[in-house]
Amino acid sequence: MSSSYGIIAVVVVAVGTVLVGTYGLRISRTTSDFFVASRTVSPWWNASAIGGEYLSAASFVGIAGLIFAHGPDMLWFPVGYTAGYLVLLALVAAPLRRSGAYTLPDFAEARFGSPAVRAVASVIALGIGWLYLLPQLQGAGLTLHTLTGAPDWVGALVVAVVVTANVIAGGMRSITFVQAFQYWLKLTAIAVPVVFLVVAWQAHGARDLTGPEFPVFPRETTVSFDTNTSVRVEQAVAFRGDGVVDGSEVDGPAEFGPGEHTIAAGSRLVFPEGAPVPHVASIPFNTNASWALPLRGGDDFPLYAVYSLIIATFLGTMGLPHVIVRFYTNPNGRAARRTTLIVLGLLGIFYLMPPIYGALGRLYTPELLMTGDTDAVVLVLPSRMVDGVGGQLLGALVAGGAFAAFLSTSSGLMVSLAGVLSRDVLKFRGIRGFRVSTVLAVLVPLGMTWLVGKVPVADMVGLAFAVAASSLCPLLVLGIWSTRITTAGAVAGMLAGGVPALVAGLVTISAGGGNVFLARPAAWTVPLGFIVMYVVSLLTPRKVPPGVNHVMVRLHAPENLGLRSQDRL
Amino acid sequence: MTTPEKPTQRVVVTSPRTRAPRVPRPYPASREIDEQSELGAVYMRSLIRTQRRLGLLLCAVVCGSVAALPLVFTLVPSVTSQRLLGLPLPWLLLGVLVFPVLVLAGWFYVRQAERGEREFAELVERS
Repeated sequence: MSSSYGIIAVVVVAVGTVLVGTYGLRISRTTSDFFVASRTVSPWWNASAIGGEYLSAASFVGIAGLIFAHGPDMLWFPVGYTAGYLVLLALVAAPLRRSGAYTLPDFAEARFGSPAVRAVASVIALGIGWLYLLPQLQGAGLTLHTLTGAPDWVGALVVAVVVTANVIAGGMRSITFVQAFQYWLKLTAIAVPVVFLVVAWQAHGARDLTGPEFPVFPRETTVSFDTNTSVRVEQAVAFRGDGVVDGSEVDGPAEFGPGEHTIAAGSRLVFPEGAPVPHVASIPFNTNASWALPLRGGDDFPLYAVYSLIIATFLGTMGLPHVIVRFYTNPNGRAARRTTLIVLGLLGIFYLMPPIYGALGRLYTPELLMTGDTDAVVLVLPSRMVDGVGGQLLGALVAGGAFAAFLSTSSGLMVSLAGVLSRDVLKFRGIRGFRVSTVLAVLVPLGMTWLVGKVPVADMVGLAFAVAASSLCPLLVLGIWSTRITTAGAVAGMLAGGVPALVAGLVTISAGGGNVFLARPAAWTVPLGFIVMYVVSLLTPRKVPPGVNHVMVRLHAPENLGLRSQDRL
Repeated sequence: MTTPEKPTQRVVVTSPRTRAPRVPRPYPASREIDEQSELGAVYMRSLIRTQRRLGLLLCAVVCGSVAALPLVFTLVPSVTSQRLLGLPLPWLLLGVLVFPVLVLAGWFYVRQAERGEREFAELVERS
């Protein structure tokens, strides 16, 4: 798909983001403005901003791509991303806001008063942030590649430059405006095309989405391969094309017999209408009927994989650095709760859309199962299903929305990462320190994009959730609700849960997939983190931080008591 | 018009039943909490316990029942091929119905948590 409308949409979103950011620059003056918008943001603004920030590349393109390839098991991604906010609301939201800290390391210090706990929390927050930024940059590369054929690094670089410039210029105040605007942009960009897609599907005769047949090419289709690809064929399929197939030159008609085949980069193969689609080796071969059933994703341990995903997403949301920083922009604990409730609603509406793209993709864009670019299904589908300029415009809208997703999540991550870097690692405070840190915060993941394999965007985000759930979630939940947690316990628990999850994530990313116990580590690392934190705390009762009761009053007492110990910024 | 025999005005006189002067409590509970006294700690522990029970119970009930679905799908595979409102049941549950349930649960939690805090504030002010 090469569309000039799409490029225009991406440029408009990028320029619009910069303009809204510049508007914010006039207001943001002090350091406090920079970090948390001086805490004057209303729940609706704040909830839209959280939604805008949270709906990342994974939500916008990744979920639809995974559902398209693997079926309803992947619906646990959107369910978990939303349920994570319910857990956050019930266990963390108000006390976290009342702790009166800017970043997660600030919370660690406020609760434990220990530089060691703070340092470990900072390092883990940085690791999670970078693990989460990486798929955003990759997703941006994929979008620009799908639109223009540009190499993958171009999109990553564009997002990195726009976001860095914006964050350096305006800080969080402008980011709050930008994010709120981006939520509504993203919802429009994903919901409006859905209406047209469903109408087009009905007009084409409303073909059964869960029929008993394998996905077939809906019309004569040219499939181009950018990388060496290994595909699996169940039923023999004839094709024309030129390129290198199974190590030998092909030019003209040929046939794939059942079995594994390799296709070299640069090949272009033309398949006739109605031919069954060969699948890339990593995607299970399912008829549409068996694809639509749960627990058929082709994993070795499907139930383990699902539960690990549930644990990671339900508990990981509260540990994401860019989510936590948003709670400090609420004026008080009560507003923090109401904001979270609105966020639940906003996310629920958005997540109704991606499964529709995934399901329709089985009928209309099955060639993505062959190239393995399943993340592109949201981008390709509108122009494939709706003919003419209308389809091109819808495609442009989706591309713009996807770009908004990369920009907003990256902005939020950058603000929180730069906050952590400037205060805890570089020890270089003030606005200049924040700006230097922003540049550093983006360079690391930008460099990592060259090193990683082809892991689906949503899977990589899932790894960031797993690390957050196994390290910072125990710190927050146990720290807020138990007075027994000691500094030694906090450090031991964060390391025991976070380090294995982080290592498992890095191994998976650099290998481009692999063992399910490493690709989905949360089911064993999360209990490990919680148990180690609690048990070590019980073993070291003398290291309970002094003044823990005082901290508990601050975290839990309602604002309307007018306590002196709650007076704060 | 005035009348010579003006009706006698009734005056209600009330007084505290004891003779002791009613002084305001020297230490309001909010001050006990501020000053980290034993009494203040008792107040805070009761608040934290109530809120913790509410939060954990909500998470256990809502997330627990949502998370039970994969197990149901495995143990009773016939459920997964049912159709309701034109959608296969797993898709309807996970793609649509779960979201309003989560929002309702959130709304219920906010209401209960705010009520708990209001009652705590009243308790503290009354004492």
